Amino acid sequence: MQFSENWLRSLVNTDLDSQALSHALTMTGLEVEEMQPVAAPFSKVVVAKILAAVKHPDADRLQVCTVDVGLAEPVQIVCGAANARVGLIAPCALVGAELPGFSIKQAKVRGIESFGMMCSSKELGISEEATGLLELDSDAVIGQSIREHLDLDDHLFTLKLTPNRSDCLSLKGIARDVAAITGASTSFETISAVTAELSEVKNIVVTEQTACPRYCGRLIRDVNAKATTPSWMLKRLERSGLRSISAVVDVTNYVLLALGQPMHAFDADKLNGDLAVRFAKEGESLVLLNDQAVTLKTDDLVIADASGAIALAGVMGGKSSSVTDDTVNIFLESAFFTPAVITGKARRLGLSTDSSYRFERGVDFGNTRHAIEYATALIQQICGGKAAEVSELISVLPNRNPVKLRLARLVSVLGIPFTQDKVAQLLTQLGFSFTTADDVFIITPPSFRFDIAIEEDLIEEIARLHGYDHIPATPPVAALTMLEAPEAKSPLNKLRDCLVSSGYQEVVNYSFVDESWERDLLGNANPIKLKNPIASNLSVMRTSLWGGLLDTLVYNLNRKQDRAMLFEVGAAYFQKSSQDSSLAFVESTYISGLAYGSAKPEQWSADASDVDFFEVKAHVDALLGGANAHKQVTYEKAEHVTLHPGQTARILLNGVAVGWLGKLHPKWQQHYSLSKSTFLFELQADAVLNRHIPSYQEVSKLLPVRRDLAVVVDADVAVNALLSAVKKANIALVLDVALFDLYQGQGIAENKKSLALSVLMHDTQKTLTDADADAAIANVLQLLQDNFGATLRN
Amino acid sequence: MADLTHLISEAQIDFANSITMNDLEVAKAKYLGKTGLLTDALKGLGKLSNEERPAAGAAINVVKQGVEAALSARREALLNVEQAKQLAQESIDVTLPARAQSQGGLHPVTLTLQRIEQLFHSIGFEVATGPEIESDFYNFTALNIPEDHPARAMHDTFYIDEANVLRTHTSPVQIHYMENALKNNKTPPLKIIAPGRVYRVDSDATHSPMFHQVEGLWVDEEISFANLKGVVQDFLQKFFERDDLTVRFRPSFFPFTEPSAEMDMSWNGGWLEIGGCGMVHPEVFKHVNVDHEKYRGFAFGLGVERLAMLRYGVNDLRHFFNNDLRFLSQFR
Repeated sequence: MQFSENWLRSLVNTDLDSQALSHALTMTGLEVEEMQPVAAPFSKVVVAKILAAVKHPDADRLQVCTVDVGLAEPVQIVCGAANARVGLIAPCALVGAELPGFSIKQAKVRGIESFGMMCSSKELGISEEATGLLELDSDAVIGQSIREHLDLDDHLFTLKLTPNRSDCLSLKGIARDVAAITGASTSFETISAVTAELSEVKNIVVTEQTACPRYCGRLIRDVNAKATTPSWMLKRLERSGLRSISAVVDVTNYVLLALGQPMHAFDADKLNGDLAVRFAKEGESLVLLNDQAVTLKTDDLVIADASGAIALAGVMGGKSSSVTDDTVNIFLESAFFTPAVITGKARRLGLSTDSSYRFERGVDFGNTRHAIEYATALIQQICGGKAAEVSELISVLPNRNPVKLRLARLVSVLGIPFTQDKVAQLLTQLGFSFTTADDVFIITPPSFRFDIAIEEDLIEEIARLHGYDHIPATPPVAALTMLEAPEAKSPLNKLRDCLVSSGYQEVVNYSFVDESWERDLLGNANPIKLKNPIASNLSVMRTSLWGGLLDTLVYNLNRKQDRAMLFEVGAAYFQKSSQDSSLAFVESTYISGLAYGSAKPEQWSADASDVDFFEVKAHVDALLGGANAHKQVTYEKAEHVTLHPGQTARILLNGVAVGWLGKLHPKWQQHYSLSKSTFLFELQADAVLNRHIPSYQEVSKLLPVRRDLAVVVDADVAVNALLSAVKKANIALVLDVALFDLYQGQGIAENKKSLALSVLMHDTQKTLTDADADAAIANVLQLLQDNFGATLRN
Repeated sequence: MADLTHLISEAQIDFANSITMNDLEVAKAKYLGKTGLLTDALKGLGKLSNEERPAAGAAINVVKQGVEAALSARREALLNVEQAKQLAQESIDVTLPARAQSQGGLHPVTLTLQRIEQLFHSIGFEVATGPEIESDFYNFTALNIPEDHPARAMHDTFYIDEANVLRTHTSPVQIHYMENALKNNKTPPLKIIAPGRVYRVDSDATHSPMFHQVEGLWVDEEISFANLKGVVQDFLQKFFERDDLTVRFRPSFFPFTEPSAEMDMSWNGGWLEIGGCGMVHPEVFKHVNVDHEKYRGFAFGLGVERLAMLRYGVNDLRHFFNNDLRFLSQFR
């Protein structure tokens, strides 16, 4: 909401200066978004009249003017403006004047003395463009300061109003609030009923009384629609950001700004029979004032005549019945439409009008009649015309139920003391009528407030007027209890730290991604789509964090990085699973990583070998907290559309798939123009966060015995399967088995590999003998022979 | 028997002339070897009479001890030299760079969130989370923003379908948390913060379509608007490690709080908007069946990127989501 400060000051008598007024408004809930002077500072510019003008002897485009500037003697001024002519009244900057960007000195212009400068609006800094001297009204007082004449010592205030404060969508409302805030007095114009000169009335039928509880209409005949809007009104409209349309429309707009009541003027001669306020018929159409043809729905409220809808109630009038320059008779409307009925209707048509904006939020239904009287008076003043009686239909207006405010509740919610007198004073300032009983105030909210229905609304009002600034910052006093600390859950931050220790940098990527990443990179044909994405490459929700990581990699490679280890922790989003209909969508937090380029930064003391599968696997292992009796981590060979078919592992935790590890598929490596291999992993955070609470097991006092064993197996035997088979077999005395060397090459058949295993054995009861150890090793070997076709390596 | 005392000084000279251990061994043999001078002398004792022998033997032993002392002194000296030489050879340039490991680090938004969580944890706030794809009900209706309410226009919402949106704020976590608390027979006091991603259809130098918020909620029997100001101010002072920070509340409007306020923080002589807050609206309590006569609550929402920018002097919001390693590595 934009308005002129001077207009406001004409309605409320405050001694706050502009800055203080702005601050006071902001601090009581009417945020001043912007406060701009109407004109930049300048001095010594007066209203002047050109008494004589003769062509400059040495310049075709210049005239030598004799100008009355209100002094005893006229002054001589050389002027180049095309519209400079005898009789013109225009601003004149006198010698010594300071204008925006330059000052006026006595000067010779092509040899002729000039004692000042006639000015355009641009030169005064009040408009961006100007075609000549600013032409002033013929009744302007010669010699008067132009700032005074044009009322330039004014500011444009722009309020950023919250949706609850519809009462401040007018100058009257803002003035009322300024008075409440500051205790200043208001001086509102007294609006008296216009005497009817015509006896005829228009028949109006309001069939939808709930939607339109109050409707006022009036015929005005013989108006001069071509009349000129007076400059005082134009100025106020312009300073509120409204352009002049025509005198009648300007008046309706002025009343909207002044009182907050949207008005509409129909051309009475274009109305066909009686008027009705009803809901639109299905498919009924209407061409609006802005030439937009709309098809209405049955919940659109319309004003209709015998021919059909002629206005979309509370939103915009129709083209066919609009006032034009040729209009002679008008029908003026001032109504109250129920907010819930108007809400959303304009938006549905892609519109937002000053009218719909106000009706959606609530218009003062106590003001409907005043507004039409005020508008009638203004129209008669400007356009003449004879008015008929107001036709008024009132049904059930919104209830203003009494609201209770308990002093004790007020004090305890705000946390500061209040006396009953103080509260009474503040309520009075607000213009609320109330009664008291003990420590309870019973308030009847005024018709202009649509936001006072419960006690909290009143508490907020009291707090606002008291000043939020005067509420102290008080630390709470509360009972102390400790928070739960579940040891069997790792905090997510611990996993982050683990990856940071492994050398990974955390990144944060958008949750919405390019649809092609999902479709092509991840093989997901049905990602969750956004209806209104901000860009086409951010249109679907990700099901993996890999797309973002790869994108980040490329972004950084393009910025001369040659290696990167990245991770992200964030959600992936899935379409609802058919089994569980209680969830609309499924979200799962993932921990995902990417490693590219050398494992270590380039340096003098280590080789620059590139990161490989097993290095990244170690990072994943670290993240999983290592295998133990409570956490069985296995990697099984698998396939994933994003990954190299020969270098892909599904990660299982206690037999449940929790993630993936692998090398980026060469086709994607090529797609992203990556010169080196890229390794990716992705884990479901929930699964990874579970830990076990340690529980002590007796440590054997006897030392274990180690025996090494070299076996040859087929090349495609999965080592993990072999090792876990040994572990699971519970062979007597065998404590653990580990791989310490893997060999393929000379001396080993082509399709075979040699595994060097260390077998750790112990006996909790006695020291192990060689014979015991030999027997145990023989059992291990037997198992490997039976299950994996292993042979002892010579 | 001839006096052999001179051999001590001769040996000392020979030993001193030995530069290596080998030289020394050769020199040693001249005196103490199988055919060495002193060995010979000892062999010669047998030719002496019984009377002469003890004195002569004692004299030779004195000389022998002298030679041996000279030998071990020289041996030690030579060892010291050799060791010094080896140590000199083993000397390295300790100023060479360390064997570097890959350096990781946390994203500044994470650093900021961790700091926020830590501070609120210290006065008993739990961390709660909720879904990012929210139903219209949780994102709006349960927060007292009915359909077509003008306040919905204040949220530039990403829609998935008619009934689901990307959450526009972390406030719906309040609802989930209170619902669950009630289901589990947990009664107030309830103290949570809910950090997470939120989404608005807005993208320019100062707006990102995705950003992070932290929602705070404290529901208790006696908790006031003044307490809300106290908690927020305490937090900001601790977060920025500046005792002189103050908080200013400005009246505002959020359908889910009343009274509502915008929070401004004093900063370099001016005021900076850092979030919204207020007392939980009774309608919100009604939605989750909390007795709003018995209990009250305050709630606040803070912009995480905003706090991170102020804390670390970051001047452009977009840095947080470009993930340029030259930017991110500054936060290690």
